[in-house]
Amino acid sequence: MTPDLMDEGARRIASRSAPAALGQTESGGRAAGFSRIATPGEVDIAHGRILYLEDVNVSFDGFKAINNLSLDIAPGELRCIIGPNGAGKTTMMDIITGKTRPDSGTVYFGSTIDLLRHNEPEIASLGIGRKFQKPTVFEQLTVFENLELALKTHKGVKSSMFFKLDSAQSDRLAEVLHTIHLADSVARMAGNLSHGQKQWLEIGMLLMQDPKLLLLDEPVAGMTDEETARTAELFLSLKGKHSLMVVEHDMSFIRTISEIVTVLCDGAVLAQGTLDQVQADERVIEVYLGR
Amino acid sequence: MTIPNPIQLPAPAPLLTRSGWSAFIVALIVVCAVAPVLNLWVPAGSALHLSDYAVALLGKIMCYAICALAMDLIWGYTGILSLGHGLFFALGGYVMGMYLMRQIGRDGNYQSDLPDFMVFLDWKELPWHWALSDSFVATLVLIVAVPGLIAFVFGYFAFRSRIKGVYFSIITQAMTYAAMLLFFRNETGFGGNNGFTDFKRILGQPIATQNMRMLLFVLTGITLLAFFLLARSLVRSKFGRVLQAVRDAESRVMFSGYSPLPYKLTIWTISAMMCGVAGALYVPQVGIINPGEMSAANSIEIAVWAAVGGRATLIGPIAGAFIVNGAKSWLTVTAPEFWLYFLGALFIAVTLFLPDGVVGLVKKLANRNKTKKQSTEGAAP
Repeated sequence: MTPDLMDEGARRIASRSAPAALGQTESGGRAAGFSRIATPGEVDIAHGRILYLEDVNVSFDGFKAINNLSLDIAPGELRCIIGPNGAGKTTMMDIITGKTRPDSGTVYFGSTIDLLRHNEPEIASLGIGRKFQKPTVFEQLTVFENLELALKTHKGVKSSMFFKLDSAQSDRLAEVLHTIHLADSVARMAGNLSHGQKQWLEIGMLLMQDPKLLLLDEPVAGMTDEETARTAELFLSLKGKHSLMVVEHDMSFIRTISEIVTVLCDGAVLAQGTLDQVQADERVIEVYLGR
Repeated sequence: MTIPNPIQLPAPAPLLTRSGWSAFIVALIVVCAVAPVLNLWVPAGSALHLSDYAVALLGKIMCYAICALAMDLIWGYTGILSLGHGLFFALGGYVMGMYLMRQIGRDGNYQSDLPDFMVFLDWKELPWHWALSDSFVATLVLIVAVPGLIAFVFGYFAFRSRIKGVYFSIITQAMTYAAMLLFFRNETGFGGNNGFTDFKRILGQPIATQNMRMLLFVLTGITLLAFFLLARSLVRSKFGRVLQAVRDAESRVMFSGYSPLPYKLTIWTISAMMCGVAGALYVPQVGIINPGEMSAANSIEIAVWAAVGGRATLIGPIAGAFIVNGAKSWLTVTAPEFWLYFLGALFIAVTLFLPDGVVGLVKKLANRNKTKKQSTEGAAP
């Protein structure tokens, strides 16, 4: 960092903290010249970023799980994350969804929502859905009831006590049931589904939430080849309308769906690019094949 | 998006099925008409006569059944094992007991305006927390408000700190134990280890008559049935399904946008209030309340009733309360020394062989008969 850059930065900070005299700024005395007004709860993607992580650090008992991680995702993008075991993929998702608090760093959803100020249910309501590595569905409830619970609606105690599914909501539910190929199992207990079907039910529950950003941790683990192909199809159809972040080990699956692949290693980004670029990268080969 | 084959979504479950409603009506008739007739009008020598002893016993067991039902809401459906429900039961009982003590008036041993134990302690006036004990209406409010408030405050801090599983059970047990020690002390103004007894009147009417006992019995029965309907409507609403979801996968509930805290707190408080009502109905029928009701064993027994009957079934815990307490009153007469061994053995047997309790066993047998019938029908062309 050069001295003149530092001066520049100091000036900028000073101008921000000193109250601008009325009429002297270009924006006519307003605090900032932006033409947009930040609405609470609304994701501001005008800067072309739906998720933005900068210099995030987390350590567990001295072990640095995330090490100065910076990463961003564009609206409508399908980003694949790969990396060896212990690279910090799941921890990163824990941070984004509010399960783990980072020691330092910033995590923004759009340009205005600071995710570190919210807890898990609030982040889910803001529009970030998450699928766990181990399929997590409500085993003692039916497929229908699982999806109904995930439905985007008021989630307070009172509205749940008097909740009734309206016709638009049942249409949406039927549509999702169809998308996840579980239409024949509406009344089945979720606990009796096969592993692959549970994975799909969980994806269906995410779709019911209608999230802007989906975080998917190993979505095709335990699926048959046919189910994997259908899942790839589903993700490609979601791309554009939603932003997706997919953590996967299955390279052929990644080849089918990926545009940009990010390689995580030791809690930081090691390489980023198309799958071919990444696979040709010597550092990536070294990490995967061992030193 | 158009859907090629319209999908038949399941209709919401009714409050009770047709046969469920019939059983409910039968139970209501038995409690409100059959029992009073058999007790009050059928002569004592007749084989059909319902003895006063049986009325007292059944009335007591129905109070226990309300506790078991309350336990099912919090343990069976929400997966939170409370070992503190004996406290809420006792609190409701103590509120009622304070009112009944004031109803004694000057008919106590010392012919004083104050309850006997206060005269004995040489107190000159009522302590502040007895201020509302003369009013029956205030007593009715306090019966639900006191256990409800204590449960709310305790639950708020426990659930906010995300205390779960066995830790929560231990803390509730500790809370109950602490309350018991507090109520044992004479200076807290709850009658010390003797508690409250020697009640004379309720609402100005003598309490020990056969008619009054029958009235309390009918009231308890109606309360039990009403609470059953309330619990049923709670668990079949989406609220109840969120509770079951909290039990099965709490993290998924949070990542679906629900904050579990208000859900747990609501059902925990409702459950405590139900126990308070049960305690208030129990005290005038049994005629005594003392800190022994807060002992560890009582709270654990409530959990045993729910487990024996079958968790998360509502009807199971009610049946469990009747089965276990029926066995208790029979065994403590015929072989008193064996009761505790029996209780321990029962709990182990249920845990090992009947994880779904008696209701689960009945269901399994019914299913087996059904499949047997189907297979014999299939074999014969």
